[in-house]
Amino acid sequence: MEYISPDTQLTPNDARVLCCQCAVPIEPNPSNMCVACLRAHVDITDGIPKQATLFFCRGCERYLQPPSEWVTCALESRELLALCLKRLKGLNRVKLADAGFAWTEPHSKRIKVKLTVQGEVMGGTVLQQTFIVEYVIQHQMCDACHRSEAQDYWRALVQIRQRASNRKTFYYLEQLILKHKAHSNTLGIKPKHDGLDFFYATENYARKMVDFIQSVLPIKCQHSKKLISHDIHSNVYNYKFTFSVEIVPVSKDSIVCLPKKLTQSLGSISPICLVQRVTSTIHLIDAYTGQVCDLSSTMYWRYPFNAICNPKQLVEYIVMDIDILKEHEKKTFPGQGMVSNKHVVADVWVVKASDLGLDVNPVHTRTHLGHILKPGDAVLGYNLGESNVNDDNLDKLDRDIIPDVYLVKKHYGERAARRRARAWKLKHMHEHGSTTDDDYNEFLDDLEEDPALRQNINIFKDSNKIPIDTDEIDPSLPRITLAEMLDDLVIEDVDMTDV
Amino acid sequence: MALRVQFENNNEVGVFSKLTNSYCLVAIGGSENFYSVFEAELADTIPVVHISIAGCRIIGRMTVANKNGLLVPASTTDTELQHIRNSLPDNVKVQRVEERLSALGNVIACNDYVALVHPDLDKDTEEILADTLDVEVFRQTVAGNVLVGSYTALSNRGGLVHPKTTIQDQDELSSLLQVPLVAGTVNRGSDVVAAGLVVNDWCAFCGMDTTSTEISVIESVFKLNDAKPTAITSTMRASLIDSMS
Repeated sequence: MEYISPDTQLTPNDARVLCCQCAVPIEPNPSNMCVACLRAHVDITDGIPKQATLFFCRGCERYLQPPSEWVTCALESRELLALCLKRLKGLNRVKLADAGFAWTEPHSKRIKVKLTVQGEVMGGTVLQQTFIVEYVIQHQMCDACHRSEAQDYWRALVQIRQRASNRKTFYYLEQLILKHKAHSNTLGIKPKHDGLDFFYATENYARKMVDFIQSVLPIKCQHSKKLISHDIHSNVYNYKFTFSVEIVPVSKDSIVCLPKKLTQSLGSISPICLVQRVTSTIHLIDAYTGQVCDLSSTMYWRYPFNAICNPKQLVEYIVMDIDILKEHEKKTFPGQGMVSNKHVVADVWVVKASDLGLDVNPVHTRTHLGHILKPGDAVLGYNLGESNVNDDNLDKLDRDIIPDVYLVKKHYGERAARRRARAWKLKHMHEHGSTTDDDYNEFLDDLEEDPALRQNINIFKDSNKIPIDTDEIDPSLPRITLAEMLDDLVIEDVDMTDV
Repeated sequence: MALRVQFENNNEVGVFSKLTNSYCLVAIGGSENFYSVFEAELADTIPVVHISIAGCRIIGRMTVANKNGLLVPASTTDTELQHIRNSLPDNVKVQRVEERLSALGNVIACNDYVALVHPDLDKDTEEILADTLDVEVFRQTVAGNVLVGSYTALSNRGGLVHPKTTIQDQDELSSLLQVPLVAGTVNRGSDVVAAGLVVNDWCAFCGMDTTSTEISVIESVFKLNDAKPTAITSTMRASLIDSMS
């Protein structure tokens, strides 16, 4: 029904009417009042509070964003302005045209925000108004600070334990965690008697850590929770979660004695085996036949066994004679498991290095190291015949099939010389004093000797080592090539005066 | 003289009443207050009549009237029409019209000589209007609004139009109507001037919200103040001053 002719709509209106309050001639507007009268008549900022409160945590210098979030924002920043505007009720009824900070003394605990709002009044007149809202900063401790203040900052704990005297697996795990940055969410790491404790703010982070360890090492995990507090009204329970992770208690270069049932399921491997390495599975080798097998963690925990000899008991032997086993001399039988083709089984006659020169008969044994040993070489092994072992599985074996000497690895001379020649280093999660201890150095030696072991970890160039003349180094020593090393990130202050 | 009045707490008095130079129509309300104001002011000179149109109280918007006649919409019942005929002076012609735009008060603005009508008004209605009310008819808009009856308040001495009416439009309308026009408001800034105001040649009634500024605009454009000075202020003045001194 509305009749709109375009020309009447477009012509500028030069007519004036009197303001209905004060009789000033004005351009007609929907309320037909002059701006001053309209201002006096209506206040569009009516429903907006002119004062509000912000909560600030002194501990972590964050502001509370209700209901429960704490955000970091600098003074006069966009984030703080957004927070301030969010705290104002009634802003949705008007249109916010502009907002900015008015300067206040930083220590005054006051923030002033200058707002320009536009509101529609009396059937379509748009009115713009500028006003200042004052925020009072009040202190309130945030949840995180409160917890740390109460020494109660963690929610979940991962206890990693290895109950064994040979702890090389632990060093390996540390390197894996570093490489995969699996420790990024930890609140703290604490060394405990036979392992480490990792603390987390939430159960999820802890579970992620456990999953990571599960994927790289054979472990057993137990989960438990302890009720700290609960609210019966809101059905909220506050727990502390603990994951107890137990790493298999065998490590590289230990000798184990397998239960009879387990040997049967592993291709009738000899019960006395050497642990080659521990990754996500346990790699075992029988030195007498070269037969190898991988033992998964589930299999291990079904038939658990312990090490009967550990690297501390290694004795140095000298090879007197070696005789590589012919193909037809090798013992094979149906249902035998896989035989390693990286190792060469050999008959070997050795004497203890300490007995060398005395009139003793060489002891005969077999070894899987036939490919690297030659007469006159030093080799490390366990003297099983003279050792006193308490092991149920070993007791059940016939004494005759237990070898007197069990050779483990070739001995590459002085350890100090090897340390000097070592032009690489590893990173550590936290500075511990064990970098000089024997266990750790043995781990480093193992890395040099076993490329399969070091393929999963990051090795860094050690720039602090003075490079020694390569001629002085025994070429037979196992070494890590430069191609396998990474450059460490070094941030240094460059002296500006040099420029 | 412009009076402020309210119909049952409603300021739109032009909706509930119709004022001409020869009679006044008032809606039937819950109380007689509204009627009393009109009666007190007008009873001496012209009849003040209670009516309804099709049972409704919005008689000011449904009818169009001047001193010569009255047009009512087709919805008016026979009883109501008979009552109106009985109540009004004999020389007032009352006519019922079949018009699609049945709110005649909204689409027609008139004084005793000229009428402005909605551009879409029926040709027959226009003829009946001219005959009954004895007026010259112009199809016009006011400030782009087709509802000329709502946005214009007219008497034989002046007129109040919608506040957004341009000067050119005011001049054009003024030359058609042969009365001075002013753009203005009633009821504290309301632009539906005919709804907030009823006026004849010597008297106006407006809503209770109307400000003094608006009253003064109304009184000046409808020339309600230049009534002849009464005896007490002219001939008796000198003697009064003499006696008091």
